[in-house]
Amino acid sequence: MKKVYANATEALDGLLRDGMLIAAGGFGLCGIPELLLQAIKDSGAKDLTFASNNAGVDDFGIGILLQTKQVKKMISSYVGENAEFMRQYLSGELELEFNPQGTLAERMRAGGAGIPGFYTKTGVGTVIADGKEHKDFNGETYILEEGIFADLSIIKAWKADDTGNLVFRKTARNFNVPAATCGKICIAEVEEIVPRGELDPDCIHLPGIYVHRIIQGEHEKRIEQRTTRKREEA
Amino acid sequence: MPWDRNQMAARAAEELEDGMYVNLGIGIPTLVANYVGDKDITLQSENGMLGMGPFPYEGDEDPDLINAGKQTITELARTAYFDSATSFAMIRGGKIAAAILGAMEVDEKGDLANWMIPGKLVKGMGGAMDLVAGVGRVVVVMDHTNKHGESKVLKECTLPLTGKGVVDRIITNLGVLDVVEGGLRIVELADGVTEAEMRAATEATLVD
Repeated sequence: MKKVYANATEALDGLLRDGMLIAAGGFGLCGIPELLLQAIKDSGAKDLTFASNNAGVDDFGIGILLQTKQVKKMISSYVGENAEFMRQYLSGELELEFNPQGTLAERMRAGGAGIPGFYTKTGVGTVIADGKEHKDFNGETYILEEGIFADLSIIKAWKADDTGNLVFRKTARNFNVPAATCGKICIAEVEEIVPRGELDPDCIHLPGIYVHRIIQGEHEKRIEQRTTRKREEA
Repeated sequence: MPWDRNQMAARAAEELEDGMYVNLGIGIPTLVANYVGDKDITLQSENGMLGMGPFPYEGDEDPDLINAGKQTITELARTAYFDSATSFAMIRGGKIAAAILGAMEVDEKGDLANWMIPGKLVKGMGGAMDLVAGVGRVVVVMDHTNKHGESKVLKECTLPLTGKGVVDRIITNLGVLDVVEGGLRIVELADGVTEAEMRAATEATLVD
């Protein structure tokens, strides 16, 4: 079992093809697989569909692939802070499938768990429900949503061992866990690969069975909205 | 005088009870956290955190620690982190007692619109559709009228909906309204606001 690769480009070797569906972890710019996204940009792969809550900002995260027009379609819940995303969508260059955030997370989780569909109350009575099967349970109406089965998952974690057991840090866990599980192949980029035995088995956030390739690298970890409070005067 | 943003947030904080797990939306709802006083409230951030703390001191910002509005925040002694699927499982599963959210429009049937203006502004619903469908109680906090002076409290929402029949209570700069059988009922008027002013600014049917 050799899961550790030297860098993002090597980890992606043989996996990318035009038109594929990629599930990406991250929320906003927090916990995004920034090194793998850069390597996908460099590869020139195109007509990609991304299942990802956001699309980064114009010059970071998935935004860099929007600038080069490598993305055909986004499956996302929020595009508010990305001007190029909004421009491409409103001009019809980019397909956008809006998913409520929890529905997107559950679609990924379901895909990874071998569940092709599930019923949810979320979106009933809105445009999200248009064309979807409606079914009543105990007097309440639900809609059918489908699991996401991605060709590739790309995620970011804090620490890994060489078997792919992962630990995330604070709110950077977000979509990384469900996104990891729903792909045929999952690549994780991490800040540190530690020796076997160093991660507490009781505190593994994602077991290595879901992770096929791992890289370690330097992360910029850009902050989208720097909000602070003043220190009280002594 | 109608309430200002902070007074609206303070009024919304009165909706919260000791021991509640609560989700606060972006904008005025975020300010509600400043007015919970001694009540033991646990704030959820739907990206994957319970026990959200205040903004960090300058220099202490952590890129791995943000709220659902992507702002840097801090953790508390009670904090728990989890992934987004788990986060929305607790929302959809009805474990969160209340959500306080902003809105573009609300109507007398409790319909809520707050995620897009066709052809003009596309933000996305984020977690709002899941929240309004799943949490115990939905309280909307917003200005009563838009910048053109037109009512945002309508007979029927004109914008794409976030949820249908989901709003329980509306807190605006003019006062507090409840969604009841047949329309909206005035619960409270902001200090100095008359019932006539409230009625004039409200398109929705008001019932006794």
